[in-house]
Amino acid sequence: MSKAPAPAPASVSAPALRLTGDFHHAGRPLFTGLDLAIADRGWTCLLGPSGVGKSTVLRLLAGLDTGGTFDGDISASDGAPVATRIAFMAQSDLLAPWLDVVGNVTLGARLRGEAPDLVRARALIERVGLAGHVDKRPASLSGGMRQRVALARVLMEDRPIVLLDEPFAALDARTRAEMQELAFEVLEGRTVLLVTHDPAEAVRLGHHLFILSEDGLTRVDVPASPPIRAVDAPETMEMQARLFHALRGRPA
Amino acid sequence: MTSSTRLTPLQRLRDALVAVVAALSLWQAIVWLSGVPPFILPGPWRVAVTLADNIGLIADHALITIAEVLIGLVFGALLGAATALHLMVSPAARRIALPIMVFSQAVPVFALAPLLTLWLGYGMASKIAMALLIIYFPVVSTFYDGLRRTDPGLLDLARTMGATPTRTLLHIRLPAGLPAFGSGLRLAAVYAPIGAVIGEWVGASNGLGYLMLLANGRAKTDLMFASLFVLAAFAVALYGLVSVATRRMTSWSRESLDTL
Repeated sequence: MSKAPAPAPASVSAPALRLTGDFHHAGRPLFTGLDLAIADRGWTCLLGPSGVGKSTVLRLLAGLDTGGTFDGDISASDGAPVATRIAFMAQSDLLAPWLDVVGNVTLGARLRGEAPDLVRARALIERVGLAGHVDKRPASLSGGMRQRVALARVLMEDRPIVLLDEPFAALDARTRAEMQELAFEVLEGRTVLLVTHDPAEAVRLGHHLFILSEDGLTRVDVPASPPIRAVDAPETMEMQARLFHALRGRPA
Repeated sequence: MTSSTRLTPLQRLRDALVAVVAALSLWQAIVWLSGVPPFILPGPWRVAVTLADNIGLIADHALITIAEVLIGLVFGALLGAATALHLMVSPAARRIALPIMVFSQAVPVFALAPLLTLWLGYGMASKIAMALLIIYFPVVSTFYDGLRRTDPGLLDLARTMGATPTRTLLHIRLPAGLPAFGSGLRLAAVYAPIGAVIGEWVGASNGLGYLMLLANGRAKTDLMFASLFVLAAFAVALYGLVSVATRRMTSWSRESLDTL
């Protein structure tokens, strides 16, 4: 990976978030009495198996359709609305196939009827390591490069809250590690919620860590060292093993 | 899809030529061997000579038909695209117009030809209307489908970016629906000549359809074949042109690579 310039901190102060309440889907509860506190300016990882409502939590925060009914409250520590201040990145890169890299990165501006800031877009594309690929369409990029474009798009939106829905899950091990490092570096200073089913990823990146399972939400203490944590540090490996067992239904 | 099965344009042209020469030889062989009189089945050579002798006459009529087809195609495509966009943005239009449109497809367009001739006369207008009517529904239904099937993830993304519904339609749904619109246009390029010629058969004083009926009635089967050949050549050229144009328009789409 090329040496990226030091990331500028988020231009808006990033608030802490809290989501409390019940969620029902097709008449059945998906979660009840949930109380998720997301700390400001750092990575909170929400770890859990498929089907327990991790993505639903994220979609609720983003103000997107969930196909169910939510009875509860979503708030930010600064009292301002949440859904209008988030940027979103998913497992699928969600790039428009008809736009080139710079077109995709500046999509948000055009959707809001603003003039896109091309200079800034190019700088951000360079920062995620795609300097020579500005004019390429997504079809000619690899999966890892496409997620880099998606990350540049998140940076372009410059929102204080960033919601990540397993954005690295479809990448190969090496690319995933590189993307984790890059995302961690460039999203510094923002409030980040990472939804993942990978214990290793959660241990590596989380300032705070929750497990969401059928039984509800459990806070897990993370190792004392700050993220990004070394994959082979004893405490990381020990933690990873504990999470692995917790995910399989044994005591954490 | 794999590169080993994909032929170069030159190879495809060669294959097409071989097929055409084989078909013509077979046709000429049948004529020679069976001894059918020319007014039943003229050979390809005789048709070619007739075409050359009557090129002025055929060209006059062909120009009329081509104009009818092209005008019908342009207006049908515009009207179809506008309808699909309207269906997309207006729930009321979907509730009211969609069932009517589907039901209207139960009426054979061919059965409307005499009515159109009665209302719009023997001139070009009734043929343009036929071509337009016959392509309208395929264009609407393919384009509307494409608009509706936009990746929901992209629409979610647009929403988190603070997009208005109009800009989402313009910047997300419209380009995402273009490959489907392209396949609608390719269908339209095939159907539009059929519509125009049926209109000419029902009642006209001009056009290739009219010329074919006239030649048929006077047992000038070779002239009929010559007209038919010109019509077919135009239809193939039109399809090829529309096909290239629509694929170029959506070169980013995998879908547009797979279609002929």
